[in-house]
Amino acid sequence: MTELHKPRPTGRFGRAWDSDIAYSFRQSPVAVVAAVVSLILILGAVFAPLIAPYDPFNPASLNLMDGFTPPMEPNAFTGNVYWLGTDNQGRDVFSTILYGARISLFVGFAAVLFAMTLGITLGLIAGYRGGWVDSLLMRVADVQLTFPSILLALLIFGVARGFIPPAYREAMAIWVLIVAIGLSEWVQYARVVRGATMVEKNKEYVQAARVIGAHPVKILLRHILPNVMGPVLVIATIGLALAIIAEATLSFLGVGVPPTQPSLGTLIRIGQQYLFSGEWWILLFPSITLLALALSVNLLGDWLRDALNPRLR
Amino acid sequence: MLAFILRRVLQSVIVMLTVALVAFSLFRFVGDPIVSMLGQEATLAERAALRDALGLNDPFVVQFFSFVTRAISGDFGISYRLQQPVMELILSRLPATLELALVSGIAAFIFGVGFGVYTALRRGGWLSSSIMTVSLIGVSLPTFLIGVLLIWVFAVELQWLPSFGRGEVVDLDGWWRTGFLTESGRMSLILPAITLGLYQMTLIMRLVRAEMLEVLRADYIKFARARGLSNRAVNFGHALKNTLVPVITITGLQLGSIIAFSIITETVFQWPGVGALFINSVRFVDVPVMAAYLMLIALVFVVINLIVDLLYYLVDPRLRLDRSAAGH
Amino acid sequence: MSAPIEKPSEKTPLLSVRDLIVEFPTRRGTLRALDRVSFDIAEGEVLGMVGESGAGKSLTGAAIIGLLEPPGRIAGGEIWLRGQRIDNLPREKMRRIRGRRIGMVFQDPLTSLNPLYTVAQQLIETIRTHMDVSDAEARKRAVALLDRVGIPAAARRIDDYPHHFSGGMRQRVVIALALCAEPELVLADEPTTALDVSVQAQIIDVLKEICAERGASVMLITHDMGVIAETADRVAVLYAGRVAEIGPVRDVIQAAEHPYTAGLMGSIPTLTQTAARLTQIPGSMPRLNAIPRGCAFNPRCPKVFDRCRTDRPELIDRDNGRHVSCWLYDSATQKVAHD
Repeated sequence: MTELHKPRPTGRFGRAWDSDIAYSFRQSPVAVVAAVVSLILILGAVFAPLIAPYDPFNPASLNLMDGFTPPMEPNAFTGNVYWLGTDNQGRDVFSTILYGARISLFVGFAAVLFAMTLGITLGLIAGYRGGWVDSLLMRVADVQLTFPSILLALLIFGVARGFIPPAYREAMAIWVLIVAIGLSEWVQYARVVRGATMVEKNKEYVQAARVIGAHPVKILLRHILPNVMGPVLVIATIGLALAIIAEATLSFLGVGVPPTQPSLGTLIRIGQQYLFSGEWWILLFPSITLLALALSVNLLGDWLRDALNPRLR
Repeated sequence: MLAFILRRVLQSVIVMLTVALVAFSLFRFVGDPIVSMLGQEATLAERAALRDALGLNDPFVVQFFSFVTRAISGDFGISYRLQQPVMELILSRLPATLELALVSGIAAFIFGVGFGVYTALRRGGWLSSSIMTVSLIGVSLPTFLIGVLLIWVFAVELQWLPSFGRGEVVDLDGWWRTGFLTESGRMSLILPAITLGLYQMTLIMRLVRAEMLEVLRADYIKFARARGLSNRAVNFGHALKNTLVPVITITGLQLGSIIAFSIITETVFQWPGVGALFINSVRFVDVPVMAAYLMLIALVFVVINLIVDLLYYLVDPRLRLDRSAAGH
Repeated sequence: MSAPIEKPSEKTPLLSVRDLIVEFPTRRGTLRALDRVSFDIAEGEVLGMVGESGAGKSLTGAAIIGLLEPPGRIAGGEIWLRGQRIDNLPREKMRRIRGRRIGMVFQDPLTSLNPLYTVAQQLIETIRTHMDVSDAEARKRAVALLDRVGIPAAARRIDDYPHHFSGGMRQRVVIALALCAEPELVLADEPTTALDVSVQAQIIDVLKEICAERGASVMLITHDMGVIAETADRVAVLYAGRVAEIGPVRDVIQAAEHPYTAGLMGSIPTLTQTAARLTQIPGSMPRLNAIPRGCAFNPRCPKVFDRCRTDRPELIDRDNGRHVSCWLYDSATQKVAHD
C-alpha cells in the first residue's frame, strides 16, 4: 500500500522533467497548445525578414495592381497568387502580419520589461524605506489600480503626446507607447516585491550586511528576487498579453504606432475599412493572429498562476 | 463613521486636485493657447490683450486656482478643433455614453454573477468548463476586436443589426436625447452594448467564481455544512452573501471602467458619445477637450469609489460599528 | 480479516467505527491517511482522541460526519451510528444526520461563524432546519441555549454579530450551534487550541457539562493529554493513521501498554512526578508516503524486535477493557517471554 510511490529520477533534466511544474504542464493540454502557439508566433515575428515572402515596407516591391487580391486566387491583372491575399496597396497580408506581430511583440515585451523594472525598483524602495515613501507609493498604486490599465495607457499616451512637439510625435510614438503601457502596469510587481521586502528586511543577514558595510539593498535584491520569481513571472506573462492588447487597441484607435510601422492593431484598423466592400481577408487574418497571440499568452499565464498556486485549483 | 467618510472625501479631493494639475499643465504648456485660439494671423497687440485677459501673465498658482474654480463651474474653454464650448460638447454627448454604459453594465453584472456562481458550484462539470474557456477567450479578445467581429457577422453578413450610430433619438427635456424609445435606437444599442459588456461580464464572472471558491473553503461554510444546513442554504444563504461583499466593491469600480472603455466601443461603432469625442481630441491634440475629459473621468471614478466604499460599509457589519470606536 | 474488537458490552455502542480506511489519491500514488481504524463510543461516554498532528485525528472526525474534503475518500470500513450504517448514506440523508444526530465543534471560533449574520440568525436557521418549530419558538430555544453555555445577557446579545464577541465567547456560541438540534454525538475537534489558556478550561467544562446533561456522547479530538485526563472516560491513541491503543483514561495514563503511548505520557509533566525527568520519543512520525512495513512505530520503538519490522500488529483485546496494537502483547510473543 505504501509501496505505490514511484522512485524519483535523478539528473538535472530528469529532476526538471519530474518537477511538479513540468508535470502539471504535461497534464494540461491547454498549456502545451498555448505554449506551442506562442512560440510559433514569437519565432515568426523574430524571423519575419527571413520568412516573409515580401517586404511590405519596401515601396519598390509593391505593385498597386496587385491590390485586393483574395487569398489563394490569382490576381485578375497580374496573375500573382498570395496565400492570405493582399491589402489595398497590394501588400502581401501574410508578410504584413509577420512584420505587424514583430512590432506588437516588441512593444509588448519592452513595456513589460519597463513595468517590471519600475515596479521592482519602487516596490523595493517602498518596502525598504517604509514611512511616508511607502504610504505615498502605495496610495498612488491604489488609485492607479482602480483604473483599467488600457485606459490608463491611453490617457498617459494622450497626455504625453500633448507634451511632445509635433515634429517628433511620429518618431517617438513607439517609445511613448512603451512607456505609457509600462507605466500603466507597474503596480502589481511593486506590491509583490514590497511585501517580500518587508518580510526580509528585518532578518539577520540584512542587519549583518549593514554591519560589514555592504549595501543592504543589494543583498535584499539578491535574496528577494528568487522568492518573488514565481509571482513576478505570472504577472509578467499576463502583463504581456495585456500590453499586446493595449498596443493593438491604441493603434486601432489610430493613436498608437505610426502608420509607417503597422502593428497588428493598425492592420485591423485598415482591414475594418474594407469590411463592407467584401475584402474580409484584410481584416480577418490579422484579427486571428492577434487573438491567437493574446489568448495563448493569457492561457499560459493562467496556467502558470494555477500551477504555482495549487490552492486555487 | 463620520471620520471615515471625511477621510475618504478628503482623499478624493486630493486625487481630483492632482488630476486637475495634470490637466492644467496640459492646458498651459502644450502648444501656445493664444495661437490656438486666435490663429497665426492675429496682431501682437491682439495677442497681448488676450494673454492678459486670460490671466496668462499671472503667477502659476493663481492661474491654477482660477483654472480649478472655472472647472468647478463647468468652464473648460473652447475646443480648438470644433470651436465650441467644451462643456456644451461634453454635455450633448453624455447621454449617449451613459445609456450605453448603463445597459451593458447591468447586463454584465447579471450574467457575470450568474455564470460565476454556476461555475463555482458546478466545478468540473462540462458546462462550467466550457463557460470558463469561453470566458478566457472573452478576456483575451480586445474590446475593439469583439466590436469589429460583431459588425462583420451581424451587420455585414447577416444584416440583422445596424453597424454604426445611435439610430433615431428622442429629445426628452431639452438636452437629454434618448435612444431607448425608438425601434432603431434600441436595435443600434445591441451590438455596442454586447461589445462593451462582454469583457466586464467575463471579469465579474471570474471574480465571482474565484471569490466564491475561496468562501466555500472557509471554516464557517464547513461549520454550516456540519450543522446539516441544506446545500441551498449553504451555497446561497451563506456563501453567496459573503462572496458578494468584495464583488460589490470591484463591480462598482467596473462601472467606472465601463464608461472609460466606452472610448473604444464608441470609436468602433461611431457612437456619438464622450469617448469618441476624446479619441478625436487626442488625435488632433485638442487640449481643452482632453483636459475636460480627463477631469470628467477622474470625477466619475472618484465618485464611484466613494459610493462603493459607503456601500461596503453598509453591507459588512464588521466595518459598521467598531471602526470609529476602535480608532481604526 | 476479522473485526479486531468484540462487542465491548451487551448494549450496542452509540458509534461504532470498523476498519475505517481513508485515502487521498495523489499523482505519486494513493496516500492512506487512515488505515483500518476501529473504535466504539458508548452512550454518554466521552472518548478522547489523541495523537500528533497528522496522525489522522481530525480526518476521523471528518469521515464520521461525512465531510471529508475531496479528493479524500472513505476507501473501506464501516461507520455505524446506533445500529445504522452511515458511511454510505445518500448525501441528503447524511445531511439530515449532520447537526441533528452528530454535532461538530471546530477548532477556531474566529472563523467558524459567518461574519455577516447575527448569532440569532445562525442559531435559528440551524434549529429550524432540523426541528419543526416556529421562528419565535426557535428563538426562545436559542436564547436558553446561549444562556446555558454561559453568554451573559443572552436575550440581548443574541442579536449581535460574531465579531462583537471575544474568542472564548465565540467558542461558546459555536458550542451552542453544534448542540442546538440536540445531537446524540458531538465531535469536538481541538475546541480549545485557538483560545487563551485562561478560558480553555471553562470551555471544556461547558462542553462536558452540557453533553452530560443531555446524555450526548463526545469525541474529543486534542493533542493535549491534560484535557483528556480531566475530561475523557476513555482515550484512543492514534499513530500514523492507525489506532495504537484504546482504554480507560486512568489506566492508559498510569500504565500505558503501547510503547508509543508510554513515550507520549512520558513527555507530559504531571504534578505527582515533578522530579522525574521528562522523556522524549526519538525521531518523528513518518510521512504518509513513507510508512514503514510492519508496525508503523517500529523505527522509533525502544522495544522493537524482528516481527515488528515485517508484520503489522492488529488491535489485541487485553480483556481489561483495553486494546493495544503491539506485538509485545501477542500471546505467542508473551509465551516466548515467559519461557
